[in-house]
Amino acid sequence: MNHSEKAALDKDNTLIQPAVMPIGVGQGGDSFINEFGGLVTDNGHASDEIVIKMTDVSKWYGDFQVLTKCTAHVHRGDVVVVCGPSGSGKSTLIKTVNGLEPFQEGEILVNGISVGAPKTDLPKLRSKVGMVFQHFELFPHLSIIENLTVAQVKVLKRSDSEAKQKGLAYLDRVGLSAQAKKYPAELSGGQQQRVAIARALSMDPVCMLFDEPTSALDPEMIQEVLDVMVGLAREGMTMMCVTHEMGFASQVASRIIFMDEGHIVENCSKDEFFESARSERAQQFLSKILDH
Amino acid sequence: MSIAMSLAISMMNDLATAYPGLMGGMITTLKVLGLAIVGGMTLGTILALMRLSGIKILAIPAQLYVNFFRSVPLLLILLWFYFAVPMIYNGITGKYIMFDTAFTSCVVAFMVFEAAYFSEVVRAGIQSIGSAQVNAAKALGMTYGQTMRLVILPQAFRKMTPLILQQCIILFQDTTLVFAIGVTDFFRAGYVRGELMGLLTPYILGAGAVYFIISLLASVGVQRLQRRLRF
Repeated sequence: MNHSEKAALDKDNTLIQPAVMPIGVGQGGDSFINEFGGLVTDNGHASDEIVIKMTDVSKWYGDFQVLTKCTAHVHRGDVVVVCGPSGSGKSTLIKTVNGLEPFQEGEILVNGISVGAPKTDLPKLRSKVGMVFQHFELFPHLSIIENLTVAQVKVLKRSDSEAKQKGLAYLDRVGLSAQAKKYPAELSGGQQQRVAIARALSMDPVCMLFDEPTSALDPEMIQEVLDVMVGLAREGMTMMCVTHEMGFASQVASRIIFMDEGHIVENCSKDEFFESARSERAQQFLSKILDH
Repeated sequence: MSIAMSLAISMMNDLATAYPGLMGGMITTLKVLGLAIVGGMTLGTILALMRLSGIKILAIPAQLYVNFFRSVPLLLILLWFYFAVPMIYNGITGKYIMFDTAFTSCVVAFMVFEAAYFSEVVRAGIQSIGSAQVNAAKALGMTYGQTMRLVILPQAFRKMTPLILQQCIILFQDTTLVFAIGVTDFFRAGYVRGELMGLLTPYILGAGAVYFIISLLASVGVQRLQRRLRF
């Protein structure tokens, strides 16, 4: 892999300047139809700078292959929605980005840093990649404000007051400043998920990963979480989101990755996906989803 | 019946003078108990983390340790540390241990023995927390140590507290075994006094009653704590 400019790290190996990388698949250039009849283009990116670069990523659980040669680029400011039927590997794919799931083949670069390389300081990398989980996973033994500050203080080494200030600011941003002293069990699902988003944002990440953030929520609470995510997208946060909420996708996504059985079938801009998704599997999926 | 009554009255009368000796014994019991709990919990937690680490060179010795100490009688371990360890020390170094080893050896024996039992409780507690919490901690950039210290162990210990307390109550009763190596705990203090005053049976029953009352109150306390923690 040639990089025109390496990622800049300060003496503590903290990422201060992301790498500028040459564009893999020419902008607006190489579009092609892959083996599944799916559309792979490079349109719809929000910028030229690549934040997440996955190349031919494959993963096996024992003998069972869960990901096969997955290639995808997420540029700065992109909102990439990863969708597909259950078991297609979407959650597994997104978990490989920050190394929560290891992979056996291929390469993933986040801001120029290789996720799979043995030398990589994974905790440091992960501190700059925010992740929101399906079941919120707030720390139940800590109060809301403690949830927001614990990683800032212990991982990013911020001072208590700075962490608290930042935590409260993001808590206010998601509309929950009144809950700062409460405990997660006292909050509703939608509120907990919004706190989880604030917790990830407090780390000032370079990108945010969402793993089915609304799938465990009661219907009346889905909108409040989606509103926060739409707000984030509109501010230009780089987001990679596994979700079934195609309404959200059609509103703010810049690109769609459609997966089936461990393969990336469609990988194109939002408009291209909704208007001209070619593969049979994508068309089946769309017809089922959009019907209700 | 009247014999029992007269014996009981004799013991009551004797208690005034026996009291300091008995209290000294109780203090010894509590010292042994306290040290055994602290040492046993620390070593037990380390063993649990070793077993859960997934690193064979740590997990297998820890597993062997736990299986061994849960399979042998406590009395044996007590006697081992009191008799055998000084002999081995002498055999290796040729020197004799110059201080009275009874208290030290029984504390070490209890720590080493209880650690095996505590580690099982801690292991179950940690595993009950679930990997999703670990993922959330990792995703924030926490190292393994931070994940355990800040997220997993605090939650696990809250869950395990009733079981740990029950184990401590059992340990409290087990401390009476130090009788076998001559340490004067509360039971032995009562026994010795009873033997001295010809009131052995009342003193044994009395000492037993003290252990019974303390253990019963503690058990009831743990049950109420369990009920409160459920909510």
